[in-house]
Amino acid sequence: MNKRLTTFYWMTVPAVLLFFVFLTLPALQGFYYSLTNWNGFGHQYHFVGFKNYINLFQDDNVGNAYWFTFKFAIVVTIATNILSLLIALGLNAKIRFRNFFRGIYFLPNILSVLIVGYIFNYLFSNVFTIWGQNLGITSLSTNILGSEQLAWVGVVIVAVWQGIAFNTILYLAGLQTIPTSLYEASNLDGAGKWREFWSITFPLIAPFFTINMVLAMKNSLMVFDQIVALTNGGPGRATQSISHLIYTGGFRGGEFAYQSANSVIYFIVIAIISILQLRFLQRREMDN
Amino acid sequence: MKTSRRTNWPVLLLVALGTIFILFPLYMTVTIALKNPEQMAHSAFAFPTELHWENFSRAVEMTNFFSAFQNSVMVTTSTVILTLLTNSMVAYAIARNMQRRFFKGLYFYFVSAMFIPFPIIMLPIVKLASGLHMTNLLGLIMLHTVYGLAFNVFVYVGYIRSIPVALEEAATVDGATTWGTFWRIIFPLMAPISATVGILTCLSTYNDFLLPLIIISDAEQYTLPLVQYVFQGQFNTDFNLAFASYLMALLPMIIVYLIAQKWIINGVTQGSVK
Repeated sequence: MNKRLTTFYWMTVPAVLLFFVFLTLPALQGFYYSLTNWNGFGHQYHFVGFKNYINLFQDDNVGNAYWFTFKFAIVVTIATNILSLLIALGLNAKIRFRNFFRGIYFLPNILSVLIVGYIFNYLFSNVFTIWGQNLGITSLSTNILGSEQLAWVGVVIVAVWQGIAFNTILYLAGLQTIPTSLYEASNLDGAGKWREFWSITFPLIAPFFTINMVLAMKNSLMVFDQIVALTNGGPGRATQSISHLIYTGGFRGGEFAYQSANSVIYFIVIAIISILQLRFLQRREMDN
Repeated sequence: MKTSRRTNWPVLLLVALGTIFILFPLYMTVTIALKNPEQMAHSAFAFPTELHWENFSRAVEMTNFFSAFQNSVMVTTSTVILTLLTNSMVAYAIARNMQRRFFKGLYFYFVSAMFIPFPIIMLPIVKLASGLHMTNLLGLIMLHTVYGLAFNVFVYVGYIRSIPVALEEAATVDGATTWGTFWRIIFPLMAPISATVGILTCLSTYNDFLLPLIIISDAEQYTLPLVQYVFQGQFNTDFNLAFASYLMALLPMIIVYLIAQKWIINGVTQGSVK
């Protein structure tokens, strides 16, 4: 039995080592650098204590990136969940070719986010503008990615287009766990469709709602590929997300230490949101 | 039984109309990749009147497509294989010893990393990887395998704990070692969950852009998404060339999806429900 246990210990050794070296260590290093003034390539740096953190809170670019990222994440999360729940309800109805349609709606999930971004970039600048001109809608006749006020909506559209795929499949899986006998009973009681949705369907897919909300929120808080492909943070800094700011400032702007401090704050924010969301949504599940 | 088979036509119509939104960008991608600028000027939406396959050969030449394709396939398959072999093994050791403090602690150590978003460690990782001479495809494989660990251990442990221990006990009585038990009994039993883990790893590795972006600098080691990024400037306004290149990068995964659609959808669903 003892030999068995030794083997078990050995089985975990490589993973523990690699995990420590490539995840825990960089995280600690990041925190260490965040207390210095290192630019990322020089040989010298000094300890500056929490100065980077204090500066972060007075930096408009940082404030701007957080504002954009949160606005983006909240709108994407809500829009994705509403649309994908509607599509899932449609796919779960008595329709023909269900598997065929399911296959099509899931397709965007397997595509590279970056390339989808590039494709939409073209559509925004060369296709939607033609529609806008033909239809006489002024707000559509210019490229919205070039507008400081509207560029973020363009990024939202692309993120939702792709995000729907995954959430729809999950909602559909949830809907298929509901026994049809429940609907038959509610039909006998004369409940309307609306009533049926809120008192039977929604409570029973609550766990799927929780997963979808948490995952959609976490993914959109980390938005990076879409930004690179669509706007590169612009116009100006109108669509610069937190990850994009860390990347550009840290690697290109000589702000390695400063952006490390930003990463630490970003981590704390994401951890708190994920935990709060899980707690809140799970409590709701139980209440139902 | 007959009534329940009746099709809900209004819903079917809406579902069918909705697919237009999904398929339109893909339709545009295919047609633009096959047109030339004159045809585009004529009508952006019409199906191409003559097919310009040379867009593809130009894109292949310019972006060194086959090299990037080979790199992407190599990184993806190696990551999947390495992930399945190593992550399942760790998860097995943890799942069978959860009553011990060390293994339980390990479980939470791994799983808590699910909360760590990648951009947070991205700056130090680059320093570390270049110090260890890992800014290459091998490094990419290693890092992908390590970063999947948190989620995969979570999924695997949940699954292994549903496999009865009796089988292993019987094997031990027969004189099998722990290694032998794992490879001969547990690993085959984990096939369904390994399919899930493999599919998710395959999708995320093949489509990943951020990690290659920060790790890879040698043009011969570019992966497919990275190539699209690097050549943006050179595609310039030659959209036919650009879209031919995009399409070639997307196509391998689309083909895999067409073949294994049911598996992929089930795998992705299982992975999140667990």
